[in-house]
Amino acid sequence: MSLPDITERRRLRFFPIWQRNFLVWKKLAIPSLVGNIAEPLITLVAFGFGVGSLIGQVHGVPYIQFLASGAICMSVMMAASFEALYSAFSRMHVQKTWDAIRVTPTSLDDVLLGELTWAASKSMLSGVAILAVIVVLGISREWSLLLVLPLLLLTGLVFSAIGLIVNAKARGYDFFTYYFTLVLTPMTFLSGVYFPLAALPQPLQWLAQVLPLHAAVELVRPLFFGQFDARGWLHLAVLVLDLLLAWWLARTLTQRRFRA
Amino acid sequence: MLVAPSQFAPESAPALLELHGVHKRYGQLQVVDGLSLRLKPGECYGIIGPNGAGKTTTIQLCLGLAKPDSGRILLMGEPVPDSARHARLRVGVVTQFDSLDPDFTVEENLMVFGRYFGLRDAELRPRLPQLLAFAALESKAKARISELSGGMRRRLSLARALVNDPDLIFLDEPTTGLDPQARHLIWERLKLLTAQGKSLLLTTHFMDEAERLCHRILVLDHGRRIAEDTPRALIAEQVEAEVIEMDGEGLDAAEQLLRPLVQRLERSGDGLFAYTNHGAPALHALEALSGLRVMHRRANLEDVFLKLTGRQLRD
Repeated sequence: MSLPDITERRRLRFFPIWQRNFLVWKKLAIPSLVGNIAEPLITLVAFGFGVGSLIGQVHGVPYIQFLASGAICMSVMMAASFEALYSAFSRMHVQKTWDAIRVTPTSLDDVLLGELTWAASKSMLSGVAILAVIVVLGISREWSLLLVLPLLLLTGLVFSAIGLIVNAKARGYDFFTYYFTLVLTPMTFLSGVYFPLAALPQPLQWLAQVLPLHAAVELVRPLFFGQFDARGWLHLAVLVLDLLLAWWLARTLTQRRFRA
Repeated sequence: MLVAPSQFAPESAPALLELHGVHKRYGQLQVVDGLSLRLKPGECYGIIGPNGAGKTTTIQLCLGLAKPDSGRILLMGEPVPDSARHARLRVGVVTQFDSLDPDFTVEENLMVFGRYFGLRDAELRPRLPQLLAFAALESKAKARISELSGGMRRRLSLARALVNDPDLIFLDEPTTGLDPQARHLIWERLKLLTAQGKSLLLTTHFMDEAERLCHRILVLDHGRRIAEDTPRALIAEQVEAEVIEMDGEGLDAAEQLLRPLVQRLERSGDGLFAYTNHGAPALHALEALSGLRVMHRRANLEDVFLKLTGRQLRD
């Protein structure tokens, strides 16, 4: 049998990993999609309309719109993190799937890139599902919402990469609880998802400037009103920088974990 | 022995695997210590050694998953680890612990794994019936991994290692944890592979397995080569032809009695082992002792192994 030289196809080597994860997801797609749509729908209805009726307007816009634009970023963050932590860890540590792949011409770097793109893809599913809910409920129907999609993909990639850093250092599932409660939950409050940043003390506002979720929310929120943030490129730079840094660190630490 | 060594390609033929003075240290522990070996095409090469002897590390080094501290490794003629990825195109691996994908069926496991070699589905699909037949899993194509017995899983692991039609297959303890029936089926399949001209490198704890399957055997301890030869030559060179095993009452008396009659005596726990080239005089002398259980047999690879690596536990 003649074998194609996969080593020549450098950029495509990660794809079978993505494909593998997609194939597993496909088997459970319906319950997974139901969860993707039901959870944000409940959040938006309960908080948006419930709390929104008490608050009325925030920064001159209805609270439901303020919340929806933040919640979509948060959901993408959560979906990417769950996949890059719990699911990737199962494949890496419990099922030894990575070990099996490592003895083929597909190497650890390819596996990691496959996991990164897969976790980002899965977070996009959440993002798209929520966006559909937002359009259907009429929370926003601006054409500029289309620009939200690439931003969510970038956000998903950033949090997948950060998740893979945590994955590389994890000894068990318990480790991830720290990350969720000590990193992601505080980040949500520092990023203007539920309330404007101005409500926080000044030092915390400064800290927020480098947080990827804050950058994502700042970029996405104006698009819900057909507007663009003049400082948008700065936030975009934060996201890209966070992605590059996190990816480099995830690769380095994963290589170290597997160095025999 | 299956095949006479003379059928192999001449020494000048390019080796599938070559190690030259390979060292590997983990912290204070020298795991592989100046190891050299050369695998001939079509050969089944066995590595035996106690736990911690460096067998698994040696395989990891060969595959380029670990970097040697010094020495040179050539896999499929390519330097490892630098060109390991390319070399692994023609290599199959059965790992010590099953790493089958529990999310997939038997068939899907083979398909998905083939893609990691860059094979397209159209190239893989026609190979599935053949691979399933080799694993004797035709009726289980749509079964999930959790429905398979230990023997079936091992066979699937073996079939999966063949998905890229490799020239060389690494097997790390391929029959550990299997019942005798399952083990015999794996042996039969491995013999089939060598008959097809594939080269195998296998590690094992089972001396009868090594004796049965391997053309040549390397005895490894503390990462060093202790001996290397055909199973028959190892037995002939390293130990006496016959063994008398004794246990029960009167071991001290037996030891006294046998000392002038045999070449070597070994006491281990509540057992006594006598090694000799002529067992008859010793057996005759032992008839005087009652209460002693005596077993007389030919020497085998296990005797070689115990002589070379000692009887103490290596936990």
